[in-house]
Amino acid sequence: MTSMSSDPVLADRLASLLPTDVDYCSIRSMSERYEQIMVRNGVVEPVHSVDDSGVMVTVWSNGGSGYAATAGSSDAAILAAVTEAGRWAAISVGRFAGGAPVSTGSRGSYRTTVDRPWNTSSLAERIDQVKIATEQLRTDDRIVDAQTAITDRTINTVFVDTAGARIEQTQTQLMPDMRVIAHDAGQTQSRSLGGFSQMGQGGSEVLDRFGFGPAPQRLAEEALELLDAPNCPTDVRDIVLAPDQMVLQIHESIGHPLELDRILGDERNFAGTSFVTLDMFGSFRYGSDLLNVTFDPTVGGEMASYDFDDDGTPAERTHLIREGILERPLGGGSSQQRAGLDGVANSRSSSWNRPAIDRMANLNLEPGDSSFDELIGGIEKGIYLETNTSWSIDDSRNKFQFSCERGTLIEDGELTTTVRNPSYRGISSTFWRNLSGVGDESTFEVMGVANCGKGEPSQVIWVGHASPPCRFSDVEVFGAES
Amino acid sequence: MNNTPTKDRAGYVDKLIDDATQSLSRDEVLLVAIGGETSNFVRFNHTLVRQAGSVDQMHASIDLSSGQRHCSMTVGLSGELDSDTAVFASAIDRLREQREAVPDDPYFMYATEVSSTSQVNPGTIPGGDEIVDTIGGLAEGTDLVGIWAAGEQFSAFANSLGQRNWFSSTTFNLDWSLYLRADKATKQQYAGFDWSTEVFERKLAEQRAHLAILERDPVVLAPGDYRAFLSAAATNEIVSMLMWGGFGIRSHRTTDSPLVKMTSEGRTLSPMVTISEDTTNGVAPNFESKGFMRPATVPLITDGAFVQPLVSPRSSREYDVATNGANSDESPASVSMLGGDLDTSSVIGALDTGLLISNLWYLNFSDRPNCRMTGMTRFATFWVENGEVVAPVAPMRFDDSAYGLLGDRLVALTSEAELTLDPFSYGARSTESSRLPGALVNDMRFTL
Repeated sequence: MTSMSSDPVLADRLASLLPTDVDYCSIRSMSERYEQIMVRNGVVEPVHSVDDSGVMVTVWSNGGSGYAATAGSSDAAILAAVTEAGRWAAISVGRFAGGAPVSTGSRGSYRTTVDRPWNTSSLAERIDQVKIATEQLRTDDRIVDAQTAITDRTINTVFVDTAGARIEQTQTQLMPDMRVIAHDAGQTQSRSLGGFSQMGQGGSEVLDRFGFGPAPQRLAEEALELLDAPNCPTDVRDIVLAPDQMVLQIHESIGHPLELDRILGDERNFAGTSFVTLDMFGSFRYGSDLLNVTFDPTVGGEMASYDFDDDGTPAERTHLIREGILERPLGGGSSQQRAGLDGVANSRSSSWNRPAIDRMANLNLEPGDSSFDELIGGIEKGIYLETNTSWSIDDSRNKFQFSCERGTLIEDGELTTTVRNPSYRGISSTFWRNLSGVGDESTFEVMGVANCGKGEPSQVIWVGHASPPCRFSDVEVFGAES
Repeated sequence: MNNTPTKDRAGYVDKLIDDATQSLSRDEVLLVAIGGETSNFVRFNHTLVRQAGSVDQMHASIDLSSGQRHCSMTVGLSGELDSDTAVFASAIDRLREQREAVPDDPYFMYATEVSSTSQVNPGTIPGGDEIVDTIGGLAEGTDLVGIWAAGEQFSAFANSLGQRNWFSSTTFNLDWSLYLRADKATKQQYAGFDWSTEVFERKLAEQRAHLAILERDPVVLAPGDYRAFLSAAATNEIVSMLMWGGFGIRSHRTTDSPLVKMTSEGRTLSPMVTISEDTTNGVAPNFESKGFMRPATVPLITDGAFVQPLVSPRSSREYDVATNGANSDESPASVSMLGGDLDTSSVIGALDTGLLISNLWYLNFSDRPNCRMTGMTRFATFWVENGEVVAPVAPMRFDDSAYGLLGDRLVALTSEAELTLDPFSYGARSTESSRLPGALVNDMRFTL
């Protein structure tokens, strides 16, 4: 369709299409553009671009609500969607699960600060950069697969409604993905950067933040080292999770359990429910005194920084867990109404073709006061775990089992032997109470993931997580068969 | 909204591609894969409507080549001819410009033999108002949560060589759970082409019977090894893990496949296990995005032995093996596993004492080279003693290898293989499906 984000008067045009005969109506246009460059084993894969946009219309009328999404950009197409959304609102009257419009008519704009735009260099130069990185991964005959990709994405959202809202937001993201597979004597090991944690808003500076330049040599060396490393021991010991594994730990065992729509039961048929119940907010001890978790859409360069959510609610930094005590859920305006609880501005949609639901945005574990050496130094028998490779957790987000690409044993306060195939398991509601050390500001890293799945219809969305490394006491760890 | 009949949609796509082809130079080849839907979604919670609406969308993935140099682009289409014609023209200009910067792609391959097809699978599905009334009315008094997704989905392939392929289906997929309380629930799916309220009522009645058992005090089992019956839905979760790199040639050649030991060491599953990509009996299109047709059936594992991998056109060039019409991810779109000799009505008696597992959840590999996976029981899982259902079982984590579950510890497969239409709708409603039996296994390992 015609690219709508380039229309300088788009907000005014959309506002002119808002109906006057319903209780509430919002129109959200959303466009997504991205370019992915990938090189695998020296071969440049087809450069792939995406240019997609459309409009989501939501109508509330007589206690019912409905939506309609259209790829049409003309006034006629959008007006047809308004009618269709109204028809669905009428269908739901008398059978609607509750809630009411939440917008207070906010106005504003947000745009990612980009220091060095990725696409200012020529396409040939961008391809060369990716190709060189991939070549640097292929250091040894035992490297059987090496690939690097960089995805540059811009998402533009324009939101107007009958409450007077006029919001325009543009997020620019850069997502590197580098992985190497080593194989020898029946053993396969891999190392990666980016895919599950290292990404952010911005331009080429995102690559520098994650050490993209020197990464290939390190990843190749580590993959080869893992081929000959001993298997992870099976026992109970202290663990220290690197920031790129903390991303997953926070996401699965804090983020999802605190989503208010899960607690209210919306996700029970698919993504699941939560061990957290409404009565826990304000009193439940989620973790040790060292645990402080914020919803923080203000962090520069984090994946889900924004000024407004997709219901038009202004977003601000808010503590969800303070000194281990649970304070607030991850719930947008609609869920807040249904639960009778204060929440945050996290009503988000993955695209123009999906309605907004409660999502994580930037969910961060705040720094503590331990240096990295102090975290490690206090452990007699432990393991340092890096980079998630497998994740599984029950539908109430309690019993989990996670695996990492690389482990390093900690013996008498020092990092010693590299081990392969490390996994650990635990129960969320007790795991965080064993948090015994939190890295300080110098160890804090701002990361994110692009593949958070949830919702019916299904949605996959980008979220931010920032964390220092953290130490947990008495965790069950184990390795693989061989 | 766009309610264009299928015949007109196909004609619309033809017109777009014909116009775009006119703009090509003699050395250029255009490949276009189109997917779209006009779908209704009604989300339920507590038997009430949580969110309801419709989505009308169409996307085209365009590949423009000259020799072995090419780039690709996915664009959204509005269904408005002037607008979409301009989108195509703009995309072609951009792809030409990008092509100047890329080297030859040695693995680029597309179908050069023109093979045009058209398949339309009509359906009879109720409108939004009718389905809201039906579900809300028949399930009144229960706690129903889930999703109704219904409407027409279509896929097309077209190229500048004149090939045209069209595939459309009008289907519904009601995926729901009835909750008793907390995590005590029973899950069902009713999907197909022609809706029948009677079938829905029958499934609801089965669920109500399960809820009565869920009322009983749950059994808490210690970690350990248990005999278990996996329903077709639970088997689907296990087989879905095999599909994650298990059947593609690329993952085998890079030694990253969970089934790599089947091709590198001759490891086998039980002789009862025969798995194929069964396009004929699925709901996925019978062509892929480079114009190759999919065979009716591609045997993958026969009598427990690996037969052949799925090979995409790209891998065909890379590994010098003929393509069998696989998508670029080389994962089955219509996976099928032959049934065995266990009568479905005899399952509980055959289990005798053990776990009756209706669903598994959130599986992932815990030891990929050994095809060991972990996941949770979910929804109605029952403890059975001496052929009688005793009580529900609290959620448990398993950690076990498919080489055991579908290998030397597989006791029997049900005679009936059940068709499941994938309920996921990431970006768009899925066209994938599975046709799988239930499985009786010994010593399934539970860890937490």
